[in-house]
Amino acid sequence: MVDRLLGRSREAPPDAPLDAKADVWRRVQLARNLRRPRTLELLGEMAEEIVELHGDRGFGDDAAIVAGFARLDGHRIAFVGQQKGADTEENIRRNFGMPHPEGYRKSMRVMELAERLGLPIVTFVDVPGAHPGPESEERGIADAIARSVGLMSRLRTPIVAVITGEGGSGGALAIAVGDVVIALENAVYSVISPEGCASILWRTADEAATAALAMKMSADDQQALGVVDIVVPEPGEGAHADPVETARRLRPIIVGELERLGRLPTDELVEARYRRYRAMGAYTEVAAPAVVPPPVRGLGDRLRDLLDPTRWSGGNPIPGPSRRDEPPAREEV
Amino acid sequence: MPIKLPSFRPHKDAHPPDLWTKCPSCSEMLFNKQLDKADRVCPTCGHHFRLSAGARLDSLLDRGSFRELDVGLQSLDPLGFVDQKPYPDRVAAAQMATGLRDAAVRGIGTIEGRPVSICVMDFGFMGGSMGAVVGEKVTRAAEDALADRIPLIIVSASGGARMQEGTLALMQLAKTCAALERLRAARVPYLSIMSDPTTGGVFASYAVLGDVNLAEPNALIGFAGARVTAGTIAQELPSGFQRAEFLFDHGFVDRVVHRRELRHEVALLLRYLAPAEIGTDGSTVEVRPTFDPIGFLSSLADKVVPDASQPEEPVPARASREAADG
Repeated sequence: MVDRLLGRSREAPPDAPLDAKADVWRRVQLARNLRRPRTLELLGEMAEEIVELHGDRGFGDDAAIVAGFARLDGHRIAFVGQQKGADTEENIRRNFGMPHPEGYRKSMRVMELAERLGLPIVTFVDVPGAHPGPESEERGIADAIARSVGLMSRLRTPIVAVITGEGGSGGALAIAVGDVVIALENAVYSVISPEGCASILWRTADEAATAALAMKMSADDQQALGVVDIVVPEPGEGAHADPVETARRLRPIIVGELERLGRLPTDELVEARYRRYRAMGAYTEVAAPAVVPPPVRGLGDRLRDLLDPTRWSGGNPIPGPSRRDEPPAREEV
Repeated sequence: MPIKLPSFRPHKDAHPPDLWTKCPSCSEMLFNKQLDKADRVCPTCGHHFRLSAGARLDSLLDRGSFRELDVGLQSLDPLGFVDQKPYPDRVAAAQMATGLRDAAVRGIGTIEGRPVSICVMDFGFMGGSMGAVVGEKVTRAAEDALADRIPLIIVSASGGARMQEGTLALMQLAKTCAALERLRAARVPYLSIMSDPTTGGVFASYAVLGDVNLAEPNALIGFAGARVTAGTIAQELPSGFQRAEFLFDHGFVDRVVHRRELRHEVALLLRYLAPAEIGTDGSTVEVRPTFDPIGFLSSLADKVVPDASQPEEPVPARASREAADG
């Protein structure tokens, strides 16, 4: 914490205190930095004996998601992560880190295998969002995400999720359901991209920084909301400046969590994970308007209802609200 | 000077909006009372207008069988979210406009006498967006279905997760999917009905996960919004992209069902879906619904008063759609 405060004050010019909006926008830019270390780079620094597995056994192999086995501090693990490219050529091959359904299906295959083999799972999340487009929709991107989320909620093996860069909506959550969620200091996590949010609520993408602030998408804010459990400070100007040091800081925390979770009885582990997500969301229960108890209706009432023609067509028309037929708010992903 | 009499209905406004609705599909002017009578389906072209949660419950459940639960659930403002308006103001405005506390209504009801746990969304409340309350109601509906071992039905109508609740809205995907996994493990069936629109985080969580997925004709169903898609990829979108029939063609919807047949189809499916009791010897026994006088009398009345809009035989969804379109 102290490190981080010092780190931040080192970056800020002493005479210009960062205002909150500029700060969160700086983090969004850092999270999207082209040189930010990805899943394979981080694993390469912190793990040994890495074996990547390919293909979803149904359609193909998606290079935007990598998955396989690795040895982390002596622990055998299964890993899954999004992989953006380091240059244009690699980005085209990896589709800018935007997975298609087959990517998530490959990930599910490896995670199910891990459960069977008794291996804990570590995921690395860095995705602008699942690929939007006809091929993605045709092959069931929504189905793949929903099933992946459901699968991770019940897998009987420890899961540590690490948000390393962009946590972009459903495409991120699909591999980010875990017993513990770790985030790098400059990682961001949001329900929609700040540009998308701004273009809907502010009617211009230029307000993206404002939207980023309003959505509280920085790692610290996410920790305060309880979505993220642990924030790991990044070295110097950010993870891209020193990937080796970033991996060195991340490794003991992942290993520590794996060891802690590994000691829990499996039933307890899965129940705690269910409770973790079950408790999310802020709502209140206000005194409802006096609820009319369902009347115990006699046969006479029922027959009277039957004979009353106005109650026949499945209830009376609801005035007002039912007339609404405005265009859908489609971008509210 | 001639005396100008006040006219009861000014000529300019021959079709006042509170009495008439213009069909967006065929431009026919429809008399609202008749439209409501036809379950808000255009009699000319078969366009399905959106239904409020109340009207949807009325059209699906046995009359008078619905008992609403968790009426008092209301969103908080965990982010202190302000865009053009503070989030609590938006919620309050939506509450005033719809008479609902949030975008979903849930409870217990019966269909042909079979009890179901049901949750219905209302697009009129902030685009049917899913925040903590919608997620909670869906989850509680699933938990009730599990506890009582009765089928779960969710009718979706939503633009997706509610941005104003940030990642906590995103976490509702995890909350609901986790509850549905438990339902599946306990062999309790779940029927998902997708109406126009079912997109974003709602489609990518509980809506797509039904043991049986039904959709209304031409309903917009998809993951990414059209603007997101168009902005990300520079290619023309196929015609009928993200419509119910597109989903059907690609295998993610079991049946596209005209609204007037929806209750019938759901009832038919429930006869197979209602969870079986597992006998001590491992055999399964169908649980028959208890005798229900209303359902019984209604079925008699259906036979006595033949109604052209209620075909006796189940019409295959595809055929009925073509008939409706033609």
